[in-house]
Amino acid sequence: MAGLTTALLMIFSPKPAYAMHISEGFLPIQWAIFWWLLALPFMIIGFRSLNRICQKNPELKLLLALAGAFGFVLSALKIPSVTGSSSHATGTGLGALLFGPTVMPVLGSLVLTFQAILLAHGGLTTLGANIFSMAIVGPWVAFITYLIFSQCHQQKLGIFFGAALGNLVTYLVTAAQLAIAFPAESGGIMSAFIKFESIFAFTQIPLAITEGLLTVLVWNWLQSYATDELQILKLLKTGV
Amino acid sequence: MSLISEQKSNIPPQKNKQGNWWLILSVVTLIVLPLIFIKGEYNGADGQAHDAITQIQPDYEPWFEAMIKPASAEVESFLFATQAALGAGVIGYIIGLYKGRKQ
Repeated sequence: MAGLTTALLMIFSPKPAYAMHISEGFLPIQWAIFWWLLALPFMIIGFRSLNRICQKNPELKLLLALAGAFGFVLSALKIPSVTGSSSHATGTGLGALLFGPTVMPVLGSLVLTFQAILLAHGGLTTLGANIFSMAIVGPWVAFITYLIFSQCHQQKLGIFFGAALGNLVTYLVTAAQLAIAFPAESGGIMSAFIKFESIFAFTQIPLAITEGLLTVLVWNWLQSYATDELQILKLLKTGV
Repeated sequence: MSLISEQKSNIPPQKNKQGNWWLILSVVTLIVLPLIFIKGEYNGADGQAHDAITQIQPDYEPWFEAMIKPASAEVESFLFATQAALGAGVIGYIIGLYKGRKQ
């Protein structure tokens, strides 16, 4: 009986969850520089495509602001999850699906910089790594997932799964970044990855679902009220 | 071809058939159920990344510190709430603007 109780306690006891962002100073300097260098070209491409959108279609600026604001809200909310700990959504899926993943490094880094400077959440030295996971890999995964689903004419499912998977992948990349920088003594990178990843995996799944649902909700509003903008974006994407 | 058929299917207004209330209900359920049924501390655990790292590499020292740290948990939650409020305000404004323009 006592054994059973301890077993149950072990399963349901709250485990610590990692924030999606790697804290200031918590990547060795060579890795901090590595991720910065990797993120920079994506940032430059992002600025360019943002510029292009704003010059060619200034009427889309409001929608850009909306995508950025969505990221602000979702990454500010630490949402409680089934494991008894809290974690964030990312809010980068919506912008990636609307404008394509290339603009997201810029929008995402706005949020990350705000939190790194004012909230001591994440950090400037780890900003490159955090941009890479949340504003580059996550949005690309969201976008590709969405493309696959919309090939099968399942647009709504694509938005849901795109945003949800983008959220999950962000955390997996963070775990991988920590594992590469801090490989375990025995088992190396892989065992460290499993250690980092397993702790937040269960926390993150309900949050990914929440993010997917909220993204569909905002998309529905846009579909009802911003038909012109969505039409312009559709034309932009098909390259007409 | 597929683009044309999609455009056609988009023409009838899909208002009130999107199931938005179900979406909101699901989100609230997903968040509230754990709060009621699972007793946890729900700590967001920025600091706990330290623990796992120091378990693997006990001699690791963070080499850079945040320049500004929120003075207390209250200040921190104030800043997070401000961030969320700013974002929600912008979203509400833009969606409202779109809606007003449409009518």
